[in-house]
Amino acid sequence: MTTATRAPALRFSGVTKKFAGGTTALADADLEVAPGEFVSVVGPSGCGKSTLLRIASGLDDITAGSVAVGTKRLGYVFQDATLLPWRTVSQNAALFAELEKMDKGERRRRIADALELVGLTGFEKHLPHQLSGGMRMRASLARSLVLDPEVFLFDEPFGALDEITRERLNDELLRTHQLRAFAALFVTHSVAEAVFLSTRVVVMSPRPGRVIADITIPFGYPRVPELRYTPEFAALCGEVSAHLRSV
Amino acid sequence: MSTAGTEAGPTESGPAESGTVTQQTDPERMPVPPGDRAAPAERGGAGAAALRLGTRIGLPLAVAGVIVGVWYVISDVVLNSYQRFMLPPPHRVLEVGFFTWSNFVPLVQALGTTAQVTFTGLAISIALGVSTAIAMSQAKWVENALYPWMVVLQTVPILALTPFLSFFFGFALTPRVIVAVIIAFFPIVSNTLFGLQSADVSMHDLFTLHKAGRWTRLWKLQFPAALPAMFAGLRVSAGLAVIGAIVGEFFFKQGQAGLGTNMSVYTSLTEGEQLWASVLTASGLGIAVFVFFGWLSRRAVGRWYQPRRR
Repeated sequence: MTTATRAPALRFSGVTKKFAGGTTALADADLEVAPGEFVSVVGPSGCGKSTLLRIASGLDDITAGSVAVGTKRLGYVFQDATLLPWRTVSQNAALFAELEKMDKGERRRRIADALELVGLTGFEKHLPHQLSGGMRMRASLARSLVLDPEVFLFDEPFGALDEITRERLNDELLRTHQLRAFAALFVTHSVAEAVFLSTRVVVMSPRPGRVIADITIPFGYPRVPELRYTPEFAALCGEVSAHLRSV
Repeated sequence: MSTAGTEAGPTESGPAESGTVTQQTDPERMPVPPGDRAAPAERGGAGAAALRLGTRIGLPLAVAGVIVGVWYVISDVVLNSYQRFMLPPPHRVLEVGFFTWSNFVPLVQALGTTAQVTFTGLAISIALGVSTAIAMSQAKWVENALYPWMVVLQTVPILALTPFLSFFFGFALTPRVIVAVIIAFFPIVSNTLFGLQSADVSMHDLFTLHKAGRWTRLWKLQFPAALPAMFAGLRVSAGLAVIGAIVGEFFFKQGQAGLGTNMSVYTSLTEGEQLWASVLTASGLGIAVFVFFGWLSRRAVGRWYQPRRR
């Protein structure tokens, strides 16, 4: 849809994924994310949305087609916060940087930055079980932010949170996106969340998943929370929902 | 207060409704509203604490009273004076076994020997058990090759091994330690292995994502994840090591006498008081190591590992 002048940050062309058990998760899926773009993927359960992210990150391989990721600096936030329970917030934020063998001083500076960005300054020494669900997701976000990712993958990160928390984290995520200018691929079940966050919303068909609609969201950034209650916003949500129902 | 930390939890309320354009002029920070912080888990008032103390200490004491009562009944009523050597009354055990100096000194010396065998055996079990479990966790074929034999070793009657052990290791301390190791080894292996394999798939993904090597994965993920299970195994093994040491002393009697050596001697001499004093001392040693490892476990993983309690 969007024809980027620069090389795409992320490109799936004709990606097919068959699992060993015989299920086909993705069939000939095409998707492109330009640098700095925020693309959300919505679709029925089990349509291979998460598989898309696992493929982009190299956790899963593909059966056919091709995937191009324009960077090695990849952020990934999972459905659960997946924090290591024995590590404090700042130790958890350090994990990816440790695994990437980032220099210690650099690591420390970036952890402080990332924790400040997600609003966890002052909670460095807390353990995951002492945090609320929202704070755990923030810590999980910080863990990737430390790497200053160019491409950021989100796998329904706020799905388990209550509506209020989710909306606030959406606002904060957009602010972070504005600051760090990463390309985002965001999987969600919530149409409103997808429309609120994205420059484009991609609708996928039931399994085997393929892209059936690609809707450009015309709102500029920054977006205020009140945007959610405008008629234009409702109309776009309606359009996305209609595509979801059509499959 | 009793449920505040667990049920209500922290609430995330704050600038959601006030997040207007003006707020985005300072986008460097995401302010944490006061509501968005975790409440410390606290429960129970003073009354509940007293009640808990009562059940923690009062109930075991009550059971102890019942045991002593039954002991007296068996000793004084069920057994006649010719049979009483089998279970002398508690006060006689204290008097003869513990408060008679010429009996007390060998008892303490035997305790020292048994403790030495126990701790040596336990240390070897831990080193051997943990490294075996690590090897099994790293290669499935090692697990397939070794695990059945661990189970077999666990089920072999020690009695059957005594001629073999004495042939190679004599009758002194070494074979006793080996018996303790054979008995204490298995729970450490099985629990550590279980623990090493217990880390979530999604947590493994974090390491796969960044192409972590197997040792990084072991050290930063599997090993810490295994600690709670490992300590549970250690507590069981610590008690078993005491039993192993005593069983070993029953069969291998050369050199320093341990509690088991003495038990076997007192049994044949029908010295009931000293026999039971040795039994109580042995179980005291078992309780001590059990409590010690419980404490160590809380020190090591209690900070983050909290099994669900009611």
